[in-house]
Amino acid sequence: MKNINKKDYEKYVNKKIPKPKIIKNCMWAFVVGGLISTFGQLITNFVIDNGLDEKEAAIATPVILIFLGALFTGLGIYDKLGKKAGAGSIVPITGFANSIVSPAMEFKREGFVLGVAAKMFTVAGPVLVYGFGSSVIVGIIYLLLKR
Amino acid sequence: MAQKKLGKQTVMFQNPPSIMATSSIVGPKEGQGPLKDYFDIIIQDDLWGEESWEKCESKLQQEAVRLALSNAKIVESQVDYLFAGDLLNQIIASSFSARSLQIPFFGLYGACSTMTESISLGAMIIDGGYADKVACVASSHFSTAERQYRYPLELGNQRPLTAQWTVTGAGASILTSQGEGPYVTHVTTGKVIDPGIKDSNNMGAAMAPAAADVIVQHFKDTGFKPSDYDLIITGDLASIGKDIAEDLIKKEGYSISKVYSDCGVKIFDNEVQDTHAGGSGCGCSAVVFNGYIYKELLQNKLNKIMLISTGALLSPTSAQQGESIPGIAHAVTISNSIS
Amino acid sequence: MDYLKAFLVGGIICVIGQILMDKTKLTPAHVLVLFVTSGVILTAIGIYEPIVEFGGGGATVPLPGFGYSLAKGVIEAVKTDGILGAFTGGISATAGGVAAATVFGYIMAVIFDPKTK
Repeated sequence: MKNINKKDYEKYVNKKIPKPKIIKNCMWAFVVGGLISTFGQLITNFVIDNGLDEKEAAIATPVILIFLGALFTGLGIYDKLGKKAGAGSIVPITGFANSIVSPAMEFKREGFVLGVAAKMFTVAGPVLVYGFGSSVIVGIIYLLLKR
Repeated sequence: MAQKKLGKQTVMFQNPPSIMATSSIVGPKEGQGPLKDYFDIIIQDDLWGEESWEKCESKLQQEAVRLALSNAKIVESQVDYLFAGDLLNQIIASSFSARSLQIPFFGLYGACSTMTESISLGAMIIDGGYADKVACVASSHFSTAERQYRYPLELGNQRPLTAQWTVTGAGASILTSQGEGPYVTHVTTGKVIDPGIKDSNNMGAAMAPAAADVIVQHFKDTGFKPSDYDLIITGDLASIGKDIAEDLIKKEGYSISKVYSDCGVKIFDNEVQDTHAGGSGCGCSAVVFNGYIYKELLQNKLNKIMLISTGALLSPTSAQQGESIPGIAHAVTISNSIS
Repeated sequence: MDYLKAFLVGGIICVIGQILMDKTKLTPAHVLVLFVTSGVILTAIGIYEPIVEFGGGGATVPLPGFGYSLAKGVIEAVKTDGILGAFTGGISATAGGVAAATVFGYIMAVIFDPKTK
């Protein structure tokens, strides 16, 4: 057989690939992402009604959502939701919990130190690295600008 | 002078080895697919009483060999060599099953092309006069492959439409020098071909050129035509790769569409079972051949077939480093008659 | 009204994530990193605060909201503690979430086993 031109082949393959149903996926992402956010708002309002101030509520809300995300991952429900909702369940903070719990569960058989604890942050680790990293940089820039 | 060599990449056996027995064991999902009636054992959960999926895969392979031996009515000590391979790092499913089988062991890695790689080598060793009986086996497991190549099972991500579903299962063939068929008559060994695909969720497209190349080479070397075959079946190109392979072969002047199929397309009902493009893994062509095709050969519903297991030679490391995915494919001709 | 706004804003942020995943080769991990970092940057340049004021939970629950907490925390800490605040501010503001994720993640991993699909 003649050699394949890689560029032509890529173009040809791209024509064969079924396109994801973006409209449908986005509808799902919108509805599920919206509902999780609304639920977060509900928690915030609830804890404020019960005597927390706004700053405390800003800590309590993610903690509760993370607990629920972790629980539903453990129960084996979150991955099924994710299959439909895509970014709708990945982008909310519950998805962050899912990204921590799923590898932790998966690598239990490799032990509790090098399995569970080490693999826990395979997806979430980069989020923390770039999140913390950029916050420190923002802090330093802010400091320099203030002078 | 290699007397049994035919053309550039093919060997023709002088005394074609027979496949005296086979076995196939599959997971629950495969056991709900369109070929469910052809498999010897369908396990009910994918741990099969083991502590880990890796151990389960090893057990699948070991039990597949034992079952094939008992179907052939022989015991381990009568087998000269075991050719086995799987997808796990350092092919542990194979070596750990060989540990308990105690048959002289050659471990193979050809990604999902392992089934025809093992039959090719086993048949050559028999026709070479180095062995009377060999066992050839390949396995894969959805959950061991997912965690090695992709994401944790419980991660809520979406699988791309081009993604394939790794088959949980193992299939074994017992080859013998003295037998009444079906015979392994020709082997065409493929070259590694890399069409430059980098998306590890689109392995069908990465492997299709390798499959097309070996099929075309087989026709050139042997002088066979597509119409000489009742079935030409690739390993795990799945729906997208199958289409591409058919196109590429047509461009070379051979029309195979009448007899062409793909194990990855046959094993699942993609619509109902949500397997996207279709099945993949060493186990895919292993169980489809040893379960479905072998039984059809015995009943003379098929008489001459070509099986081309296809492998994507990537690793998680090579994929992360941005390497493209090289493909490999090996073809074997299996026929009820020697002519 | 709070809830409707939260629904809209949260939904739109997730749709942006979905389009990124479907239209590009970005993996979920890349999208999460991108969203947190953009949350930090957008907050620092004053764009995200109004979105939070409008959308409430819709802006704080998705991952850019995590970036928002980080940036807001670090800016406040720099005001009071100077250079040390640059290092402690972001992490202190999000410590609750990170500790919760670590602890709950560990507990769930101990209790549950993953199920094959």
